[in-house]
Amino acid sequence: MTAFLLLIGHDLRLALRQGSDAALVLAFFVLGVVLFPLGVGPEPELLQRIAPGVLWVMALLAALLSLDRMFQQDYEDGSLEALALAPMPIELLVLAKCCAHWLTTGLPLVLIAPLLAALLHLDGAGYLPLLMAMALGTPTLSLIGAVGAALALGARRASVLLSLLVLPLYIPVLIFGVAAVDQAVAGLASRPHLLMLGAFLAAALPLAPWGAAAALRPALE
Amino acid sequence: MFVVVEDGLVPLLTSASGLPPTAPLTAPDLPLRGRLFWWTIWHHASPLGHWMPVNPPLSTQARFSVRGLACRRGDRLVFRGIDFALGDGAALILRGPNGSGKSSLLRVLAGLTPAFGGTLRWEGQDIAEDWLAHRARLHFIGHLDALKPVLTPIEMLGFWSRLRGGSLAAAGRALERFHLADLAQLPCRFLSAGQRRRLSLARLLTSQAALWLLDEPTVGLDEASTADILDAIAEHRAGGSIVIASTHMQLAIEGAQTLALDEFAPG
Repeated sequence: MTAFLLLIGHDLRLALRQGSDAALVLAFFVLGVVLFPLGVGPEPELLQRIAPGVLWVMALLAALLSLDRMFQQDYEDGSLEALALAPMPIELLVLAKCCAHWLTTGLPLVLIAPLLAALLHLDGAGYLPLLMAMALGTPTLSLIGAVGAALALGARRASVLLSLLVLPLYIPVLIFGVAAVDQAVAGLASRPHLLMLGAFLAAALPLAPWGAAAALRPALE
Repeated sequence: MFVVVEDGLVPLLTSASGLPPTAPLTAPDLPLRGRLFWWTIWHHASPLGHWMPVNPPLSTQARFSVRGLACRRGDRLVFRGIDFALGDGAALILRGPNGSGKSSLLRVLAGLTPAFGGTLRWEGQDIAEDWLAHRARLHFIGHLDALKPVLTPIEMLGFWSRLRGGSLAAAGRALERFHLADLAQLPCRFLSAGQRRRLSLARLLTSQAALWLLDEPTVGLDEASTADILDAIAEHRAGGSIVIASTHMQLAIEGAQTLALDEFAPG
C-alpha cells in the first residue's frame, strides 16, 4: 500500500513539474467543446440537444490524447524496468499509473465539464447526472486506456495504433454516459445508466491492470 | 561446464565429514530440505550418528545457483548450458563480445526476460516459484539510468529508496557516498552523463539487497567514481552478498570469477 501511494505521489509530482500534459488535455477539451457552437450555430435548442454528446465525445478524445505517454516515457528512460523489478506486482504498478493518470487528466475534465455544459445551454436537470456520469466514466477511460497503452508500447506510430485499439472499447462508456444525461433532461431516471457506468468501472478495476500487466511483460523482455 | 567460485565453493559432503558415502548428497544443488532429510536419517538412525555428529549442512548450500540456463532472443539462441553456483560474498564478472548475451543473462537472472531453459535457485528454492521474493532481494542496474529530467537527485533517489522499503535518509547517505550531495537539489536534466550514471548506481546503496546485477556499471565513469563503486561492491560482498556484473573494462574486483559467455554460444 505504501508503495502504491508512493507511486501515485511520484507520478503526480512529475505531472506537476512537467505540467504540459495535463494542461494540454484540458485545453484540448475546452477548445474542442467551444468549437461546436461556432460550427453548428448558436441556437440554444440545438446546442442543448447535442450538449451531452459533444461533452462526452470530446472527453473521450481528450483522454486519448495523453494515453500514449502513460508508459512510454518510463519505458524509454528505463524507469519501467526498474519499477517492474520493485517488490510489488506489476498489476499494482499499472493501477497506480491509472490512478495518477485519472487524477491529472480525468479529474480536471470532470470538474470543468459543468462549466462547458453551461456554455452549451444544458438543461438544469442534467448537471448532476453529467457530473456523476463523468466521475464514474472517466476512471474507466483511464483503465481501458492503460491496456491499449501497454499493448502499443514500443510500437512505431504508437498513438495512431492506440486510438484504433482503444476508441472502440470506449463506445459503451460513451453510450451510457450520454444516455444518463439525456434521460435526466427528459425527466426520466438516469440511475440505471449511472449504475451501468459503475458496473463498467467495477469490471475494469481488476481486469484492466491484469491485462495491461500481461501486455507490459513482453515489452520489458 | 561448472564454474566454481572459490570463496563460495560448495564443499561437497563426503565420507570424510562423517557421512556415509552412499548418501545422495553430492549434487551441489540438491534442495536444502533434501539434505536435511538425509542428515537427519544419518544422525538418528545410524549407530554411528550420535558418535560422529555432523553439522546440519546449512552453511554448505550455494546461495545462488544456475543450471543449464539458456536464453533466446527472437529466433536466435543467444547462449545455452550456463551453470554456476555462487556462495556468500561471491563476485562473478561476465565477459564476452557484443551480442554474446551479457545483458540478456543479467535480465534473465533478474527475471525480466524468461529463460528459454534451465533453472535458477536461491538457497535451494526454485526462483520461479516466487518472483516477488526474488525481486525484493535484488538490485538491477541496466544500461538506462531511469532518471526524470524534471526531478532532483534527492527526489529521484528518495523515491527508489522508499519503493524498496528504504528511507529518505538512506538516499541522502547514498548521494554523499557517491559525491553527489552538492547536486542534490539540481534537476537531473543538468547532470552530466557520468553524474547521471553515478546517481543511477547510488540506488544500490539506498536499500539492502542480497544480489546486485550490474550491466556495464562503470561506463562513462572517471577513475575516482570507478573506485567509489568498487568500494561499494567490496563492502557489499563483505556483508555476504553477491555481485554479478558485465563489463568490457578491467574491473578490479578481488577474487571475482569470470564467465566468458562466448563459450556458451550455440553451434
